Amino acid sequence: MAIPARNFANAVVLGVAGRLDQDNCDAFRADLMVHVERHAREGGVAILDLGGLEYVSSAGLRCFMLASRQAKAQNGRIFVAALQPMVAEIFEISHFNLVFQVFPTVREAIAAASSEAVVAFDQA
Amino acid sequence: MRIRFWGTRGSIPVALTSFDIRDKLARALVEASGRTFASYEEAHAFASTELDFSITHTFGGHTPCVELDLGGDEYFVCDLGSGARPFGVHVLARQARRPAVVNVFMSHVHWDHIMGFPFFGPAYVPGTKIRIHSCHDVCEQAFRLQQAAPCFPVDFSQLAASIEFVRLVPDQPNEISGLTVTPHLQLHSGDSYGFRFEKDGKRVVYSTDSEHKLENRAEAESFAAFFRDADVVIFDAMYALADAISVKADWGHSSNIVGVELCQMAGARHLVLFHHEPANDDATLDGLLKEARRFEELTRSGNPLKVSAAYDGLEIEP
Repeated sequence: MAIPARNFANAVVLGVAGRLDQDNCDAFRADLMVHVERHAREGGVAILDLGGLEYVSSAGLRCFMLASRQAKAQNGRIFVAALQPMVAEIFEISHFNLVFQVFPTVREAIAAASSEAVVAFDQA
Repeated sequence: MRIRFWGTRGSIPVALTSFDIRDKLARALVEASGRTFASYEEAHAFASTELDFSITHTFGGHTPCVELDLGGDEYFVCDLGSGARPFGVHVLARQARRPAVVNVFMSHVHWDHIMGFPFFGPAYVPGTKIRIHSCHDVCEQAFRLQQAAPCFPVDFSQLAASIEFVRLVPDQPNEISGLTVTPHLQLHSGDSYGFRFEKDGKRVVYSTDSEHKLENRAEAESFAAFFRDADVVIFDAMYALADAISVKADWGHSSNIVGVELCQMAGARHLVLFHHEPANDDATLDGLLKEARRFEELTRSGNPLKVSAAYDGLEIEP
């Protein structure tokens, strides 16, 4: 599963769309970890743009958790942004909103990453 | 068939504190603000119908012990946690001095699942027959060990009942006094086993102390088959999902959310959240129940799945 990525200074925005469950989470996790390994290190931030994500199961949420653990191990961070109402509710129900920084929009997540990143985002 | 929950807490028994009781009373008084009650019965009716569960009840403190009442002369019970003490009182009262036959099914022999046995009254009654079914070869050793000096004053060998240990083989159905029982291996330190019980077209699954690795589709399908079309699934829902797969990963327990997902895969009808985390108070457990029910609504694609949270004293009919 190829995850579309856009770079803004120390931040990378990863677009996650469709349904994420046990049927496709292995392929998603493999691609996600490549991006996290590359970008969410030494102060870098990977922002998961969930605007196109319609549904996420526990297996999909576990992919996010593994990515977060990897980012923390290499001094990076993971933010999630632009959750649709149903996915936002699943984050709350599963208590993932307590372990992830959740932002209403991608721009707000980028602004929390760095001033350089939000300038780059606004100029793009 | 009737299911009675004598112990529903995981790991270690808990008790309401004086603070907890005062808190419930204070919340009830706030809810009743402006109301007057002419009698105890009026006040009781108000408490029963208008107050939240977390005010009027407690999820309870005994560790796992769940009875399947088949309506016959013999008793059937899963695990002998501290809930085995009140279960034993119930057996003694019902038997009225007649010796009982008790069939026990052990998920595993961790302490919270055997600690009630030294206080299980029928074990001290001559003529009582206790058959302890397990897939663990260390089952008898564990029961004898916990009653050995200096840990307990009555050695296992001094118990008056006739106690037999019966070894079961995983995934093989057994006919036990009219009940079909199939054990299934679960992921837990030292292994644990769930049990699928079938009688007269009713199917009940007892699956506690069981962690589910979400990335393993074969494992999920194996449990979906084990839970298939169950009328009731009693499920280890010790944690919220985020805890179960992060700080408490590999602790051998599962979550309310995974319980909903597996029951939906299996076409089960009623999920009962079980083996509650001892650190969770009644309001937190009520919150986990509401979250599981909402998740079921959000993800429902077929028939509705009823979701309940077990509490000491709960009785349900499949």
